Amino acid sequence: MIDAFTEPWQFAFMQRALLAASFAAVVCSVVGVFVVLRGMAFMGDAVAHSSLAGMSVAYFFGGSVFWGAFAWAVPASLAITFISRRANLRLDTAIGIIFASGFAVGIILMSQVSNYTADLFGLLFGNVLGVSWGEVILVGLVAGGVLVSIIALYKELLFTAYDATMSAASGIPVRFIQYLLPLLVSVTTVASLKAVGIVLVLALLVTPAATAALLARRIPGIMAYSVVTGLVATVAGLYLSFHADLPTGPSIVIVATGLFLAALLFSPSKGLVWQVWRTVPLPSEGPAA
Amino acid sequence: MATETQQRNDAKPVLSVNGLWAGYGGRPVLEGVDFEVDRGDMVGIIGPNGSGKSTLIKTILGLVKPMRGGVSITGRSGALERHLVGYTPQTELVDWDFPVTVADVALMGRYARRGLFHRTTKADRDAADAALERVKMLDLRDRLIGELSGGQRRRVLLARAMAHDPELLLLDEPMAGLDATAQHQLLDLLDELRRDGATVVLSTHDLSCVSQRCDKAACLNRRLIAFGRPSEVLTEQVLGDTFGTHLLMVHLDGQAYAYQHHTHAGGPGTRPAMPKLKK
Repeated sequence: MIDAFTEPWQFAFMQRALLAASFAAVVCSVVGVFVVLRGMAFMGDAVAHSSLAGMSVAYFFGGSVFWGAFAWAVPASLAITFISRRANLRLDTAIGIIFASGFAVGIILMSQVSNYTADLFGLLFGNVLGVSWGEVILVGLVAGGVLVSIIALYKELLFTAYDATMSAASGIPVRFIQYLLPLLVSVTTVASLKAVGIVLVLALLVTPAATAALLARRIPGIMAYSVVTGLVATVAGLYLSFHADLPTGPSIVIVATGLFLAALLFSPSKGLVWQVWRTVPLPSEGPAA
Repeated sequence: MATETQQRNDAKPVLSVNGLWAGYGGRPVLEGVDFEVDRGDMVGIIGPNGSGKSTLIKTILGLVKPMRGGVSITGRSGALERHLVGYTPQTELVDWDFPVTVADVALMGRYARRGLFHRTTKADRDAADAALERVKMLDLRDRLIGELSGGQRRRVLLARAMAHDPELLLLDEPMAGLDATAQHQLLDLLDELRRDGATVVLSTHDLSCVSQRCDKAACLNRRLIAFGRPSEVLTEQVLGDTFGTHLLMVHLDGQAYAYQHHTHAGGPGTRPAMPKLKK
């Protein structure tokens, strides 16, 4: 029994996977709280998908896939914000344009590579078991940078997310914050691509935060629960992946989704089960008067 | 607010709007608006939708730049001294599902006096609690804002507006969505705050509130149609010029009653707002 818990960590590739996935989970869980509050889920998804373009350019020319994704994702997130602010388009429209165009460029480039399917599969669904020490450190540094930014600008991010007009009237640089938050989301997304891949990064961004919102009342509590949920999903997902020989990213996502469902049903304050339990029976109808 | 305001220069108007032209994308909405608000006064801005009420409020807040003329608060430029104004937005513009408590929202009012990267201090938390005390919301400080009634929501926003000790309270449609009881409680509270030295400017669709409770009425329809004591300003002529066809005048027993055609948010309909009007 003990062996089942310790066995995975005897392998260096599992240690690296644990570290990289945990860094990604922590930063996603914190940023995810803002994503869920601001309804920015598809911003993260779009950045992830469009960054396939940057990844395939890098892959095509033999560069670093991480920096390729990074170099595409940052301008993509700024472009989404700019288009939706300036061109009077709704945010989801701007997201649609950036999402699809980047993904199209990525697929075209990848189709020119000989082992097209296998490589594309790795990019789309992540390959955290193949992560190198250099990549672990890189993910850790990026995650740390994002977390430091959020801690430093916590009250500005919070106030702007809650009430942008009042924030602007209070002298908070709202425009800067409104560009910064999508930027942090995109950097977070790129840092998590290795762990869960393009298609599933959305789950890491949204599911722990949504789970936490069912468990805590205020934002600091929500962030704490979100991080715990993200980490539990990561560790349990790695065990599941190791012992059942399942792909790692999807395993993490499945565990996170299970935690969300558990919170949805059994959260002490908001659980659906208790709501049914607590429903007061109406007095039985007497004979018609 | 009381002790600090008494030391300030009482002679100067708290708010003065001077020949203000303002609008969006190079097109003016406000055309040469001029008025002054004295300390302790409550001024009601009335006008139909599209008359520039929101533009005026945004310009006073420094969110819209004047095209010509300007706004000053106690003689200082509004845009430079933003913490001089305490503002409450329309309640429908606030996200009431946001997971923050009453105390959290009041504390946000203190951010106006803090720069980037500043941590909130005990003084900030004390000031926020004091503001909640003044609006009688201190016992609800740990409630989530989503759990509040309409009147309580108004009072939390008011506490946030007051938490940084502003010279001027600027309230965007504070009566909207409140029942008669809650409206009167809010107006009584504003009277109380004014006795402590607060100055209030509010926009409203409620003519009776302006005629009964405000010291001055500002009738706005892109231009300032009239400004002065409600009993002198709210005439058939002025209301006709302000609201045009949006206002239905009814003559009963020698009194004129104004019914405002109400097409705001709730859809079309008429709502009685019955100030007695001068002939």
